[in-house]
Amino acid sequence: MKRVYLDHNATTQPRPEVIAAVADALTHHGNPSSVHADGRRAKHRVDAARQALARAVNAKPQEIIFTSGGTEANNLALKGLGRRRLLWGATEHDSVRAVAAAWDGPKAEIPVGPDGRIVLDDLAALLAQSDEPTLIAVMLANNETGVVHPISDIVTIAKDHGALLHVDAVQALGKIPVDFRALDIDSMSVSAHKLGGPPGVGALIVREGKTIASLVSGGGQEMRRRAGTENLPGIAGFGVAVDLATPTDFTAIAVLRDQLEAKITEVAPDAVIVARDADRLPNTSAIVMPGVASHTQVMALDLAGVAISAGSACSSGKVAQSHVLTAMGIGDDLAGCAIRVSLGRQTTADDVAQFVAAWFALYQKTRDQKIGTRAVS
Amino acid sequence: MTVKTPLYLDYQATTPLDPRVLEVMMPYLTEKFGNPHSASHRFGWEADAGVDVARAQVAALIGAAPDEIVFTSGATEANNLAIQGTAFAYARDKRHVITVATEHKCVMQSVLALEQFGFVTTFLPVGSDGVLDLDQLRDAIRDDTSLVSVMAVNNEIGVTQPLYAIGQILRERGVKFHVDAAQAAGKIPMMVDDIGCDLMSISAHKLYGPKGVGALYVRKSPKAALLPMMHGGGQERGLRSGTLAPALVAGFGAAVKITQASMAEETPRIEALGRRLLQQLQNSLSGVTLNGSADQRYYGNLNISFAGVDGDLLIADLRDLAISSGAACASGSNEPSYVLQAIAVPRGLIKSSLRIGVGRFTTEDDIDYAAQKIISAVLKLRETVS
Repeated sequence: MKRVYLDHNATTQPRPEVIAAVADALTHHGNPSSVHADGRRAKHRVDAARQALARAVNAKPQEIIFTSGGTEANNLALKGLGRRRLLWGATEHDSVRAVAAAWDGPKAEIPVGPDGRIVLDDLAALLAQSDEPTLIAVMLANNETGVVHPISDIVTIAKDHGALLHVDAVQALGKIPVDFRALDIDSMSVSAHKLGGPPGVGALIVREGKTIASLVSGGGQEMRRRAGTENLPGIAGFGVAVDLATPTDFTAIAVLRDQLEAKITEVAPDAVIVARDADRLPNTSAIVMPGVASHTQVMALDLAGVAISAGSACSSGKVAQSHVLTAMGIGDDLAGCAIRVSLGRQTTADDVAQFVAAWFALYQKTRDQKIGTRAVS
Repeated sequence: MTVKTPLYLDYQATTPLDPRVLEVMMPYLTEKFGNPHSASHRFGWEADAGVDVARAQVAALIGAAPDEIVFTSGATEANNLAIQGTAFAYARDKRHVITVATEHKCVMQSVLALEQFGFVTTFLPVGSDGVLDLDQLRDAIRDDTSLVSVMAVNNEIGVTQPLYAIGQILRERGVKFHVDAAQAAGKIPMMVDDIGCDLMSISAHKLYGPKGVGALYVRKSPKAALLPMMHGGGQERGLRSGTLAPALVAGFGAAVKITQASMAEETPRIEALGRRLLQQLQNSLSGVTLNGSADQRYYGNLNISFAGVDGDLLIADLRDLAISSGAACASGSNEPSYVLQAIAVPRGLIKSSLRIGVGRFTTEDDIDYAAQKIISAVLKLRETVS
């Protein structure tokens, strides 16, 4: 049985060129902060990766702070930008929601509509409620549904109220065009392993002139904004990955994804594709099989050789159901029966067919047996 | 004499990756690329299994249980987490934190950063041998002291601290004990129960593993309470959120396993090489001083002053030796080493000091070659001056 991987939003296989760059950097052992030739060579590699990322997202190299990943980048932005009040989208990643949960100052969650997008009027109303210096955190694209938020509209509202805007672009980078300058935002998080780079490295991009208090203190690395010996192989791999990642690859993936969804709704008229008509990432599909609990689907599909997830990877070990779908007003009966399918660069039509066949086999079986295994009844 | 140049003698800044470690890492970048937190399929389980193996390997090195290990992005993050996490966890009734004037910069900065949150800090001095005075430590402890952070082996001068005695004092006083073992783990035994510490930081790239990964040991019983620095998906038992990098973690584990197996034979060999180098320099040159204690030290790390010689010129002259004048994270800056200042090395000599690090891949030939090069460079520079 062929194993099919359709969980690319959790992590995606590093490209061969990335693996080569990582392996090469691993065997070149300099510490980028050392002044001898070894160290200078290491520093040069870090600089090259910084420039590659700067080019890819249209930022300046000095605006980039390398971190250990997207979670650290989000933590650094939210805690480091120095605003007292925090507003965050209801469908944000756990790395934003957990910071929000621990937030000491005034705070509020920004609701999303049934389409998964931030409700702009609600955001404006929340901003009008308080004179506190405010930071808004909204993701560019959602990891579970792929829904893309209207960042330019949010920027306009934020500016009207003098609020800062941090954007988590972890899932978006490499899949859709991401232009830091054009977005006109204050900070942005990205992660290497979501776009074919190695896990363990990410970056926070901070608009030039904005000061950021560091989260990790120590040596003066990353212009004193993030201490710690640079993860040289990870950063080198990140640089190669962003150079190679072109959102145009995803045009073909969008076609496959749309075919997948069309097939599912054709064979199962009661299946629901979440936010199907919204502006979404080209590779992501959140699919509800009514009456069959998410974890049942995930296990059945794994047995059929198809790797998908019930939500984001960090919480997929837990039983709690998706806060994303709940925030969109999807009832517990349906939200508990959703899976996330996320395609990648290597996904083929055969992979999609294997998924659809496995999904439909389960669908038919549960329909025949009338098993109502529901997460929440 | 076959010596590969540039000859790497900066093992305290970073160590070359052991080729055996690379072999263990590669599958996690290729076929086992899954997210270890993906609990729903095999790709995730495979990666998670690799993380489990590494966790047990790291735990074994320091005599800990696997679920006392928190993987981080490195020792800097581990030190920050230990210090800030402990200080804030006990902040309700304990507001005092103690460390030592010669700690790694990230410990110093992390403790200093506490001051802006109303904590009181003490930076204990050391003697001219670089060793902490236990009576001074006893006197510094207050009823509201929550944490003492002391490094095992100093990164600049190689001096070791009396951890066992410190552990005993702190246990009696009910104060949490953090050990920065970044420079010690894999070189000298660092068993957490023998030392009696509650927290210990380790770095992979200082023991022939990859950069970008480290660990913090967090004692379960009696529990060392800790508040996380990074919030998110709740990985690492809620103490450190963020997707783990399986290749880095597996490489860390493999490096630890190799190091643990070879330590008993490797450390004496490396220390003998360090002594050999020092002896050759002292035999051929006058005005050669070993900075820090001669007996309470790890001889793989030598910090040596050459009277009358400018250290920067000396390093520039020793182009085919990769060595440094101090900690890598401070190099490039022109500030004199605060560690050498703390052990009262005269100003003039601080600028005349080199840090030479010996490690796994250093040979006797390398040492003899380096000694010759340094001796002739020092003689030449002294001639130019006089």
